[in-house]
Amino acid sequence: MNQEKIITVQNLTKTFGTFTAVKGISFDVYKGEIFGFLGANGAGKTTAIKMLIGISKPSSGKAVVAGYDVVENTESVKKSIGYMSQKFSLYDDLTIKENITFFGGIYGLSRKNIKLKMNDLLTELSLQDVANKLVGSLPLGWKQKLSFSIALLHEPQIVFLDEPTGGVDPITRRQFWEMIYAEANKGTTIFVTTHYMDEAEYCDRVSIMVEGVIEALDSPKKLKEQFNVASMNDVFLKLARNVE
Amino acid sequence: MSIIVQNISKFYQSLQAVDAISFEVKEGELFGLIGPDGAGKTTIFRILTTLLIPTQGEAQVLGFDVVNDYKSIRNSVGYMPGKFSLYQDLTVEENLQFFATIFGTTIEENYELIKDIYIQIEPFKDRKAGALSGGMKQKLALCCALIHAPKVLFLDEPTTGVDPVSRKEFWQMLKRLQQKGITILVSTPYMDEASLCDRIALIQKGKILKINPPAAIISEFDKTIYAVSSLYKHKLILDLKAYPTMHSVYAFGEFIHYIDEKSDFHSQDLNNYLISKNHQKIEILAIEPTIEDIFMDL
Repeated sequence: MNQEKIITVQNLTKTFGTFTAVKGISFDVYKGEIFGFLGANGAGKTTAIKMLIGISKPSSGKAVVAGYDVVENTESVKKSIGYMSQKFSLYDDLTIKENITFFGGIYGLSRKNIKLKMNDLLTELSLQDVANKLVGSLPLGWKQKLSFSIALLHEPQIVFLDEPTGGVDPITRRQFWEMIYAEANKGTTIFVTTHYMDEAEYCDRVSIMVEGVIEALDSPKKLKEQFNVASMNDVFLKLARNVE
Repeated sequence: MSIIVQNISKFYQSLQAVDAISFEVKEGELFGLIGPDGAGKTTIFRILTTLLIPTQGEAQVLGFDVVNDYKSIRNSVGYMPGKFSLYQDLTVEENLQFFATIFGTTIEENYELIKDIYIQIEPFKDRKAGALSGGMKQKLALCCALIHAPKVLFLDEPTTGVDPVSRKEFWQMLKRLQQKGITILVSTPYMDEASLCDRIALIQKGKILKINPPAAIISEFDKTIYAVSSLYKHKLILDLKAYPTMHSVYAFGEFIHYIDEKSDFHSQDLNNYLISKNHQKIEILAIEPTIEDIFMDL
């Protein structure tokens, strides 16, 4: 793996009133890596991601994403990354083509380039026949694959995926991961959260956040050795259960 | 029987969400509807909780017909919808109070039933429901569904989007409720939760593909699954997919699960093939299938 750092996080902290959601976390992500960012509900994952993608200001600490400081160069950060989440991804009441055109425009692609990308994308996902259908009428799995492709329209260096496969059927979930692998092979860095622990095994490295702190960070194999358990699910249960 | 479903179909205009489904749930049983988004699980729940009228077929809950006796059903079942449906601007305690009152009971009367769960959110009883974390919302929703001591509990994807620790705790709670004699119909897209049910129905595209106890579904499966690993996972998936007698290839945690279409398959042949493709540290092991393997093969 490439040892060039694409994300550097130092002592990143976020406080809401008296509550500290993220408590001075530090870690690096390497270029082309699939980085799994795990944690229980309420552990501070979403807050941390929001700071990394430039939509929430850190209370203290520093983060550099794709060479840009998330506080000083927020707009440059946003241009260098792609983002998709389970909750918001595409406009249900626009067609597939309209969504592609819309997001292409938002990302500043030329009309010509949008047209090119549109054709590639529709072919790759075999969506030509339904290109004029409303996104709202698509099965969730298709929506998620489409939304991943759209997050990559502007060829970002890093793509942030926030629970991209929640509720998706097992086969589509795997097809989605094959898309992730293919994209990572092209050199795009993948930063992904998931509640499926089998998916944690697909990551090059995994961090596990517990109550605002990163409790563990290593390859799935090393984490399993470290905690002397057979699966990532057991690693997760061991770490998160110690909280009680 | 607590629940009897006979040939239920539901159309939304031309879209058929549920296609002639039949199943029965015994009294005190923990029965799982296992299937992905869009399989028709929520439609089944809405029909059984009398919120939707089926296009065809009949269903009874506790002996009451879902269309004609809807009022009796509503009084005796609890329903936790997939989407968080409590009042976000009422506090935890106010929500519980509200649901107790509309069912003509009090929190005190049935406190024993919810106690285990409620004590976990009681420290936050003055917090507005909208400000709770995902795990706490889910516990509150379960309390509200239980406050009138229902005989049947309907839980539509209670653990979707919930982390593994909270998921585990939630299933422990369900087991305790089952011991108190409550019949539970639960749906989930997490295949690993299937093994925690007494019986499961595997459902996809509006049809039930199989109904049985999880162990029976596993022992009935007649194909051999091989767990394959090598140093290069993505390349391994691509190379296995190109193997001439390949039946299916799916990533499965740290291994790739491989099924061959030939009955006289020898793993040594596959091993040699992978060596020729420059794989290193190749391992090929026959393993017992999981519910997820079987689901994907249906």
